[in-house]
Amino acid sequence: MALSKAQQAVPLLSVSKLTKLFGSFAACNGIDLDIAPGEIHALLGENGAGKSTLVKMLFGVLQPSEGQISFEGRPVTITSPGDARHLGIGMVFQHFSLFEALTVAENIALSLDPKIPLAKIAQEAASLSKAYGLPLDPNAHVADLSVGERQRIEIVRALLQNPKLIILDEPTSVLTPQEADRLFETLFKLRAEGRSVLYISHRLEEVRRICDGATVLRHGKVTGACDPKQETPASLARMMVGAEVAEIHREAGATLGDLRLEVSNLTVPAKTPFAVTLKNVGMKVRTGEILAIAGVAGNGQGELFDALSGEYTVPQDDAIRIRGKSVGRTGINGRRLLGAGFVPEERHGHAAVSGMALSDNLLLARSRSDRKAFLSGGLFSLIRKGAVSSATKRICDVMDVRKSGDDPLAGSLSGGNLQKFIVGRELDRQPSVLIVNQPTWGVDAGAASRIRQALIDLAKAGSAVVVISQDLDEIFEVATNIAVISEGKLSEPHPAGELSLERIGLMMGGIHESHSVPEAASAH
Amino acid sequence: MFEAILLTVITASTPLVIAALGELVTERAGVLNLGVEGMMIMGAVAAFAAAKMTGSPYIGLLGGIAGGALFSLLFGFLTLTLVANQVATGLALTILGLGLSGQLGEPFAGQPGLPLPDIVIPGLSQIPFFGKVLFSQDLTFYLSIALVVGVNWFLFKSRTGLKVRAIGDNHASAHALGISVIRTRYLAVIFGGACAGLAGAQLSLVYTPQWVENMSAGRGWIALALVVFASWRPWRVLAGGYLFGAVTIGQLHAQAFGIAVPSQLLSALPYIATIVVLIIISHNRRTTLINTPASLGKPFVPDR
Repeated sequence: MALSKAQQAVPLLSVSKLTKLFGSFAACNGIDLDIAPGEIHALLGENGAGKSTLVKMLFGVLQPSEGQISFEGRPVTITSPGDARHLGIGMVFQHFSLFEALTVAENIALSLDPKIPLAKIAQEAASLSKAYGLPLDPNAHVADLSVGERQRIEIVRALLQNPKLIILDEPTSVLTPQEADRLFETLFKLRAEGRSVLYISHRLEEVRRICDGATVLRHGKVTGACDPKQETPASLARMMVGAEVAEIHREAGATLGDLRLEVSNLTVPAKTPFAVTLKNVGMKVRTGEILAIAGVAGNGQGELFDALSGEYTVPQDDAIRIRGKSVGRTGINGRRLLGAGFVPEERHGHAAVSGMALSDNLLLARSRSDRKAFLSGGLFSLIRKGAVSSATKRICDVMDVRKSGDDPLAGSLSGGNLQKFIVGRELDRQPSVLIVNQPTWGVDAGAASRIRQALIDLAKAGSAVVVISQDLDEIFEVATNIAVISEGKLSEPHPAGELSLERIGLMMGGIHESHSVPEAASAH
Repeated sequence: MFEAILLTVITASTPLVIAALGELVTERAGVLNLGVEGMMIMGAVAAFAAAKMTGSPYIGLLGGIAGGALFSLLFGFLTLTLVANQVATGLALTILGLGLSGQLGEPFAGQPGLPLPDIVIPGLSQIPFFGKVLFSQDLTFYLSIALVVGVNWFLFKSRTGLKVRAIGDNHASAHALGISVIRTRYLAVIFGGACAGLAGAQLSLVYTPQWVENMSAGRGWIALALVVFASWRPWRVLAGGYLFGAVTIGQLHAQAFGIAVPSQLLSALPYIATIVVLIIISHNRRTTLINTPASLGKPFVPDR
């Protein structure tokens, strides 16, 4: 395949026959990859395709079993992240490697030239983050920041090392379209300076828009190398998953039935100085309806989910009504017993215990609401192992959860597969009300379309569904009605057909812009 | 009278402050070493033996530091290199230390000690009241104050201290940044051991200048509680150390004056205070996140 000028120069990074074995399992199998100086190169692949393993080898976190990495024409052995940085490779991780107990400036200082005195770094960080158009308060503790703000630190931190090659893992998954545009400007600037970017993304449109070359992985092998600008999203997706990605199927003009979830005048004061106060939130969700709540990270989505799920109860009992019953003061299990189901945002540690088997995770969530099915009666409520494991198997089959072994640890599944399991765990109960926060964050295209289809099917079968999401494409795929949350206030819902992608993006982005101005000002 | 009480409070508080500062650094690096009591008693016996054999209490002090540091190295090897469970290893270290020190110290039991002399600072010690209390003390007192200032500066102002806190917060990320987690933790553990040893030396060279089996008498545990009480901050260790020291001394004086406070209650006070502090800091998720080393006690194995 001709890649114009990109392949004519000596590649900055050249990988040949790179293989990583875990036992007998080849996570990467004979990977070849070339990145030219000044190229934005996309790495595409489903979760579990071997992208993370490849990137970890490039960054010195893992050692290859076989194969050779060359940097600037010379063969190199990268034994640690320090080596990688020394060569000029920078990395922005998908799961942020930030220190929550430290301030923004301290986090940045840890990866800066040790000659700069610590006292100066706060000022330095403020001016540098401003130069990159990523407003940050250097003295804020990371523990108090939103996911989006944390990513800014990661990006600034990697850029500050002045790398020749910068690896970005799913960088735009938490950004607004406007923020993403700003990031792309930064990337184009880096490219103009002759630096290269290895860009990992599931967003095919984005890859087509900004990348000069692409390498596609499937099951640890390269299945395609192409110029993404010459491809269509569908053809890229085909290389990635090996078959056409299932089109989301939704019938127009769904009929809405009874009121299932009613929220009125829900006001929840912020729990920490940096959390968001929910102000007078109201919504009505009927059977057959999917209400999608759009918004930029850190505008009250987490707080809204906590209030709706009962993770934090509210004093006004009738602020939240599920199937006509006031549940404001009822906890999670009480709401579940009324037929509601909840899928929180964080897969690890919130929706699932990584160190426990899938069946245990199933039981943890449903031991109360489905106690008859999973626990025997009597004094000790013994666990009915057979029922739990058959339910686990049923969920994995229905949701196509790919795993090793019958009942592996939740933490051993890839993000997409674990998310399918977590969503499936709730769907298996056929909840009459389902509330999902960020259902497909960091999930590959195949798993995302599976989850979205499942949500649509659930609504069609007569449930009321609330989807809180930052992904506008997702919102338009699934929503019957759309509302926007910003600074703790929820807008009126609009039928999905009456809103354009651009308009919602601007609503969210516009609100965000005005929000970030005082933040930037306080940085001085 | 009041001056005399204050002097005894200082002597009782100094070993708590020193041992707790050492453990604070260890815990800030994410290692929970419950063997403070064992390292302290090893320091006490090593200090006494070194002083007796050389005739110099200062060499005794060095001996105490070395004794505690060497003993902590055993903990480091087991938990950092062999990745043994930190809680179990720490408890074993205490039990081993108490037994081993009794064995090693047997020839020294009942012998007269070599007390560490007071260092009178000219001029300053002439200040009425405070001069005598603060400026004519033995070396360990001055060291304890210098350690508070030094550890606070090191952790919150120096780059190496920043790395220590980073490792304690998230060792996987620190590793990804190229910080040597295991090496830093070894150094933090050894520093903790050296401080515990110094605190032990203070017991056998200053507090009661002789060797008695089990003479640490639970002070290592109080030092551990003190670290939590201080929510991992050096200046609060100083304040808390003196509070706990005052309680210990108050207990003795209360008995002398015939005040009917059960001594058991007073001995329990440091632990009760620690529980109260734990309740207060756990109440607010934010203060917990910012002050508590998140990877405390978790084993680190770099993935390969």
